[in-house]
Amino acid sequence: MMAFFDTDLGIVILTLLKSLALIVPLLIGVAYLTYAERKVMGAIQLRKGPNIVGPFGLAQPFADALKMMFKETIIPAGSDRILFMMAPMITFGLAVVAWAVIPVNDHWAIANINVGILYLLAISSLGVYGIIIAGWASNSKYAFLGAMRSAAQMVSYEVSMGFVIVTVLICVGSLNLNDIVMAQRHIWFAIPLFPMFVVFFISGLAETNRAPFDLAEGETEIVAGFFVEYSAMSFALFFLGEYANMILISATTTILFLGGWLSPIPFAPFIWVPGVIWFLLKLFACLFVFIWVRATFPRYRYDQLMALGWKVFLPLSLGYLVLVAGVLEVFGWLPNA
Amino acid sequence: MIANIFFDIVSAILLASAVMVISSRNPVHSVLFLILAFINAAVLFLMAGAEFLAMVLVIVYVGAVAVLFMFVVMMLDVDFVALREGVQRYAPVGLAVGMVLFGELAFMAVNWTMAPGTAVFLQSPTPADVSNTVALGSLLYTKYIFLFQLSGAVLLVSMIGAIVLTLRDRNRGKRQDVSAQHARVPADTLRMVNAKLGEAAKLPAPAEEAL
Repeated sequence: MMAFFDTDLGIVILTLLKSLALIVPLLIGVAYLTYAERKVMGAIQLRKGPNIVGPFGLAQPFADALKMMFKETIIPAGSDRILFMMAPMITFGLAVVAWAVIPVNDHWAIANINVGILYLLAISSLGVYGIIIAGWASNSKYAFLGAMRSAAQMVSYEVSMGFVIVTVLICVGSLNLNDIVMAQRHIWFAIPLFPMFVVFFISGLAETNRAPFDLAEGETEIVAGFFVEYSAMSFALFFLGEYANMILISATTTILFLGGWLSPIPFAPFIWVPGVIWFLLKLFACLFVFIWVRATFPRYRYDQLMALGWKVFLPLSLGYLVLVAGVLEVFGWLPNA
Repeated sequence: MIANIFFDIVSAILLASAVMVISSRNPVHSVLFLILAFINAAVLFLMAGAEFLAMVLVIVYVGAVAVLFMFVVMMLDVDFVALREGVQRYAPVGLAVGMVLFGELAFMAVNWTMAPGTAVFLQSPTPADVSNTVALGSLLYTKYIFLFQLSGAVLLVSMIGAIVLTLRDRNRGKRQDVSAQHARVPADTLRMVNAKLGEAAKLPAPAEEAL
């Protein structure tokens, strides 16, 4: 049987099976993340959250999915039909494709490639297209304004995110995500690189267009931003894409700063716990902060958002990069040196 | 086998989208085809084993340069009819420029020779233990460090140039002074007034600095 998986056809089938084993839990995770968000925000705001459909409202995500499927898809007059339908597919597709390189345990990734972190950066830099295309193809000024805002926002925050990643990389000496986690055996990067950890997480909020940086949606100013004109499944794809991106950013934070699947306490009985469990626990902690932030902070003003990205995060991350490089050089801690 | 078929498919898409860039009527579609061409070029890089170049191509060109293209093209209200009008008049000039470029390329292709030392390197196998990202970095930051720094300086100059060109008078428009806002206290702005029943509240004259 193992020999079959070494043939060309076998590799294709094996990869398909692996992808399925990743995508199905991911989609269920996305569904329950929406549920968790409503429950957690309900608790923070002294409400109950969804509690009608199923026990504790657990069937709510599926009820919502069914509702979305049976709604009518409306394509506005004067819109660019093909691009209009393509935009949500791009957003959702990219959110899923990025997961190919995420290791959930030692060597548990669909593709363990040498430039893993660059691949993630490349995919997240493509994410802006789904939004711009949606905004332009809708032929609506609200959608277009939302798209412009979010494009400027994502491009700005990508710069400081890139510097944060470079800071981590000079501590690791490899672009491979597996190596990045293994380099944190002794200490998680969140501790020596704490300011970078904070910058990365906040940039992640901006990158996923989440509150308090959800100006692309800005319900009170531009209705719902780039997806005003979308309905039914095309809307659902945007929605799924946004939540899949949230999980992705949390996974990236976990891998870069929180030691991935490594146990936080490096002796028995904690090292008997499978790495996947630790990975998921750290992931859930990050996601909880995402929701917590949304329930706590008011939306930023647009110029404040830009000022934060360019005048605070960029100099901070650049300065910290130089500092870390200097420290590593002076003490001779550079990897591969 | 599979790699060959895949190569054919990817390069066919690359060429087709390159043709669509110049032939599609809507400029936004042109930019999107350009992006498709970039991505297919990145896939070709990947197939050639140059994974670092592939990723950088996507990050820099697709993720940054083409986004700005999109911005500009979407913001400009291009009149497609007016754009087509001059075709008859400009076609000869365009053709002439194209011919000159093609002639130069053909000339280069015919007279192209390899530098004396490089034939040896072509035959040497790629080392298995060094990934091409590491190889690229160790060459770029040692042997070609001055060229690398020089290209950085060129980019810096062009960035400064762009800023100088777009910088306007700084005092125009309202600017937010965060420290001034933080320094404000209620005593500066709030005044408690006791209004008598049935009478309008009498406000003391506003202080000069409040305006």
